[in-house]
Amino acid sequence: MSFFLIRMDFKGKDIISIKDFSKREINYILDYAKEMLPYAKGEKHKNILAGKVLSSLFFEPSTRTRLSFESAMNRLGGRVIGFSDPSGTSQKKGESLADTIRMADSYSDAIVIRHPQEGAARLAAEFADAPILNAGDGAGRHPTQCLLDLFTIREEKKTIKNKKIVLLGDLKYGRTVHSLAYALALYGAELSFVSPVSLKMPNEVVSECKELGIEPISTLNLEKAIRDADVLYVTRIQRERFPDAEEYNRVVGSYKIDNELLESAKDKLIIMHPLPRVTEIDPEVDKTHHALYFKQAFNGVPVRMALLSLAIGGRI
Amino acid sequence: MKKELKIPRIKNGTVIDHITAGNAVKVLHIIGIPRSTSSVVSVAINVKSKLGKKDILKVENRELDPQEVDKIALIAPKATINIIRDYEVAKKHKVELPDEIIGIVSCSNPTCVSNAKEPVKSRFNVIKKDPPRIKCYYCEREPEDIADRII
Repeated sequence: MSFFLIRMDFKGKDIISIKDFSKREINYILDYAKEMLPYAKGEKHKNILAGKVLSSLFFEPSTRTRLSFESAMNRLGGRVIGFSDPSGTSQKKGESLADTIRMADSYSDAIVIRHPQEGAARLAAEFADAPILNAGDGAGRHPTQCLLDLFTIREEKKTIKNKKIVLLGDLKYGRTVHSLAYALALYGAELSFVSPVSLKMPNEVVSECKELGIEPISTLNLEKAIRDADVLYVTRIQRERFPDAEEYNRVVGSYKIDNELLESAKDKLIIMHPLPRVTEIDPEVDKTHHALYFKQAFNGVPVRMALLSLAIGGRI
Repeated sequence: MKKELKIPRIKNGTVIDHITAGNAVKVLHIIGIPRSTSSVVSVAINVKSKLGKKDILKVENRELDPQEVDKIALIAPKATINIIRDYEVAKKHKVELPDEIIGIVSCSNPTCVSNAKEPVKSRFNVIKKDPPRIKCYYCEREPEDIADRII
């Protein structure tokens, strides 16, 4: 982090939606996350969160988000309590989310929550004094994913402004792409949205981009869209977000990224994916220099270390 | 020819005029009438006016607090509140939507946490006053059918 930057005070701040942050604040977080890299890799150690406890409340399944949050807390010397399956909690007995949050608040210094209902993290913030970190609320927001995506693009491409970025797949239900489209527009990226007609980007998100001065291109033609793209951001068609199986079956497998398709892409194209993937990226792509999704998943650790450190209050 | 009044003038009380035609009953609901009053209330629906049709409400012997009534701007953005004293208009106020709407409209998103059994009221931020546009504080969804979502 530049010493010329004024330190921003994030202590106790909830992280609910990327829209709660200015570009300056986002830059500050990303700069701090870069500082965290050697600590995230275990090359350096500093127990700045020793004696602090994080509640990790996962009401929905997660691999990367939960593990990277827990890794981030552990790397900084803190401890984690919580659950990854709500069936063992009082929620099964009908306890409200508000009451569960009140309890976790009294047991810990920060709370990470993933919940199937949109707005759950915002509600949690009303019932907790400790900072709430939203790890995904239904089809709603996922700000820490958004931050790690921005971090990844910035690390690889040095800048986000004017980069040609294609968002592909389930743009309707995919919670990561809504926040990401907004954030990329905030940074002045050139956006293309590629999806089946029934899964196109909601008008609301397109309007938000336009309000930020970006005119996204919506198309069905992936091959054309990736020809001059710098970043291809692929998302999974999410079965769990579909109201009925018939609609899911109609669109799953609409687009597939393989080496043949990538022949027409720029050499420096990077492919990102919030993971898990199913069939949308062929495993043969993993071996190419385009594949960045595993590194992207790792970047969740430094970014979440930065957020925990800033929200709880310790500094490296 | 003398203009005929559909509802007789009231001596004291409140007249809400220029309500969007057809929305008078919903307006009553929003301001808690008849639950909160034993006053005589008259309702006129689809009354002809210079700008087409409108609804009118007259509440006798009760002066409604204009700030309390402002929330009706959600479904009646052109409404005016007239406080009547001894048959004269003592105060006139054009409704203006407050910045936040709490507990009046339900979120249109079935999986919004505000529709779950949680100890919170629905809450919307007003993003545009006329025509009204609101956004759920919790899930950020913008309901298009505000009038149909009055709780």
